[in-house]
Amino acid sequence: MQAITVKVGLASCGIAAGADNVYRRLESYLLESSKMVQLKRTGCIGMCFEEPIVEFDGGDLGRVTLGKVDPKDITRLLDEYLSGHLSETHLILADKHEAKHNDLMGAQTRIVLKNCGVIDPQSIDEYEQSGGYQALKQVLEMRPYTVIDIVRGSGLRGRGGAGFPTGLKWGFVFDQPGPKKYVICNADEGDPGAFMDRSVLEGDPHRIIEGMLIGAYAMGADEGYIYCRAEYPLAIKHLRIAIQAATERNYLGSNILGTDFSFTLHIKEGAGAFVCGEETALMHSIEGMRGMPTLRPPYPAESGLWGKPTNINNVETWANIPWIILNGPQAFRAIGTQQSPGTKVFALAGKVAGSGLIEVPMGITIRDIIYKVGGGIKDGKNFKAIQLGGPSGGCIPAELLDTTVDYDSINATGAIMGSGGMVVMDEDTCMVDVAKYFLHFTQSESCGKCTYCRIGTRRMLEILERISSGKGEIEDIDRLQKLAENINHGSLCGLGQSAPNPVLTTLRYFRHEYEAHIVDKKCPTQVCVDLLTFSIDETKCKGCHVCALRCPVKCITGKRKQPHVIDPAVCIKCGSCFNSCRFDAVVKA
Amino acid sequence: MLENTDKLDALIQKYQGKDGILIPLLQEAQELYGHLNKELMLYLSARTEIPAAEIFGVATFYSMFKLKAQGRHVIKVCKGTACHVSDVDSIKLALMEQLKLAPGEDTTPDMRFTLVEVACLGCCSLAPVIMIDDKTYGKLAPEDIVGILAKYT
Repeated sequence: MQAITVKVGLASCGIAAGADNVYRRLESYLLESSKMVQLKRTGCIGMCFEEPIVEFDGGDLGRVTLGKVDPKDITRLLDEYLSGHLSETHLILADKHEAKHNDLMGAQTRIVLKNCGVIDPQSIDEYEQSGGYQALKQVLEMRPYTVIDIVRGSGLRGRGGAGFPTGLKWGFVFDQPGPKKYVICNADEGDPGAFMDRSVLEGDPHRIIEGMLIGAYAMGADEGYIYCRAEYPLAIKHLRIAIQAATERNYLGSNILGTDFSFTLHIKEGAGAFVCGEETALMHSIEGMRGMPTLRPPYPAESGLWGKPTNINNVETWANIPWIILNGPQAFRAIGTQQSPGTKVFALAGKVAGSGLIEVPMGITIRDIIYKVGGGIKDGKNFKAIQLGGPSGGCIPAELLDTTVDYDSINATGAIMGSGGMVVMDEDTCMVDVAKYFLHFTQSESCGKCTYCRIGTRRMLEILERISSGKGEIEDIDRLQKLAENINHGSLCGLGQSAPNPVLTTLRYFRHEYEAHIVDKKCPTQVCVDLLTFSIDETKCKGCHVCALRCPVKCITGKRKQPHVIDPAVCIKCGSCFNSCRFDAVVKA
Repeated sequence: MLENTDKLDALIQKYQGKDGILIPLLQEAQELYGHLNKELMLYLSARTEIPAAEIFGVATFYSMFKLKAQGRHVIKVCKGTACHVSDVDSIKLALMEQLKLAPGEDTTPDMRFTLVEVACLGCCSLAPVIMIDDKTYGKLAPEDIVGILAKYT
């Protein structure tokens, strides 16, 4: 009989949902009993909405995955699995029979996430058993330029968002004179609503190291940095363990695997500055300075870290490299579209039923991502828009749901592919509020170097605040457009250039919502608090007094069993009366 | 006058003469002292010969560096997109009300809590999310706050 294995998904989101308690319960249970069961940790399985997630394998039922597992139930579920009669309450995936989310996984193609949620990220043995470091071994027998040719042939484009051809970028660094060159992994994933890189670093750190080793060998670099957000402590921990293990096996260090190639890899923790995701700012931050972007050219390929030729790629780009080497450029091109080959990892979040980490072939439609991979909109509401690319991106409306996911089609909508944050918005989301939210973010993250970005974003934010508080004028729309254009032209780096995108796309597709705020002084979705009024419908009010007790400013008065009244002059519009009324007597308008 | 500088001196020793040391040096110094005050920054400047203005410039550029003393427990309110559309603002209001913090204040007078906003904690499927020290609380409603805060002294 095959050994039974139990895997618990212990990435950050799993732990946040209580997966570590499930793991500890299993650990003590297996210690007490004499069951022949192997307990393992793994990374993000991807279905964050079902966390904590546990996988059983090796029994008669084959591989099954259980979701929303409570520590109290886990030992019973394990016993059921061992006896071959598993109740279906927690079942989400199964290899041998029907399970509720089998379809969601079926629509995905996994290259970057191949090992995530499968192997133990702290075990180099498991990475090797899954084919790890084989690509490096192959590469070390090739001429460096052959490696660059393979990457160029694959058509891989930078997954950080801009989509620059990776092979071309590597070629620039290859052409520079040595001997000192650097490679950098940009893991400063700062877009709110994006957690792709974190999941890959936590779940499969060796893949990044192997990708960087291949790049370093091809370009002639002997030193590298992984610049990771300090907000990702588990990713940093797993990277440290991986670097240590890879060094012990001579995948890192001097004369790697008996060749002339040597490579040292450092981890650099960020200190909390969104702009450091921009490559020149990132390098200044590694140098220990304020992370402020500088003018390009010279590009990092010519003069990067400490003035040396440097190549920067993001986590997902590096993670694609070992697969491309092992399977060849044609196999990569067979996935995705002509201009955007391969897959893309997205962090699907917001008002979608199945939020989590997904990897889909390029060329899939946004509709399929939301409805086939994401399981549709939460609570049966209507889809309104999808936000791509975080603060640099834009909102794509319902009428463009059939837009395909590739760099060029997404750019045509005014949004950008971005690094992979995908936030779904439903009918309850106010688009003026969303634009204001992103502007607030970029305004506070602007490093302050360029006047248009520093002051222009503040002026745009002020206009948006005016509109959402009912003090807007119709001319404000033109002012926003004019400012947006100037900020785009007058800023040095991507942060400033793209800062107006959320405003421009919402103006393009949801202009009527702006007009409702400005002309009718109404927020159609009742999100903008200043435009709301709360009152009590006296025909419905039973005088139960619950709202008056909940009201933080005590502005609701009335005798018991008689209709109550809200004093609008005192009301702070917190909504607690609306939420606490059991008779729907509080009217929000 | 800065006291107990033994550990700090050892730290400076560790980084002395290396490239790009300022950020990790400040990170570790902050771990020792809880925050970076003027005295500490001047001390570092004198020992490392990095101009005090440069140290102050870096310390004020990155949000991780704190120039004021922090409460015993740090509450991070996630301001990610998914949390924003899930009305994390109502959670923040409930926190401020319970902690009796006026707008603009972040630390309770008894130094029990410091309340900060962070860009994104990356647990978007649990929105709205807050994190107290290193424990994450997700799928919150304003009513949950009283019970959660009671766990911390």
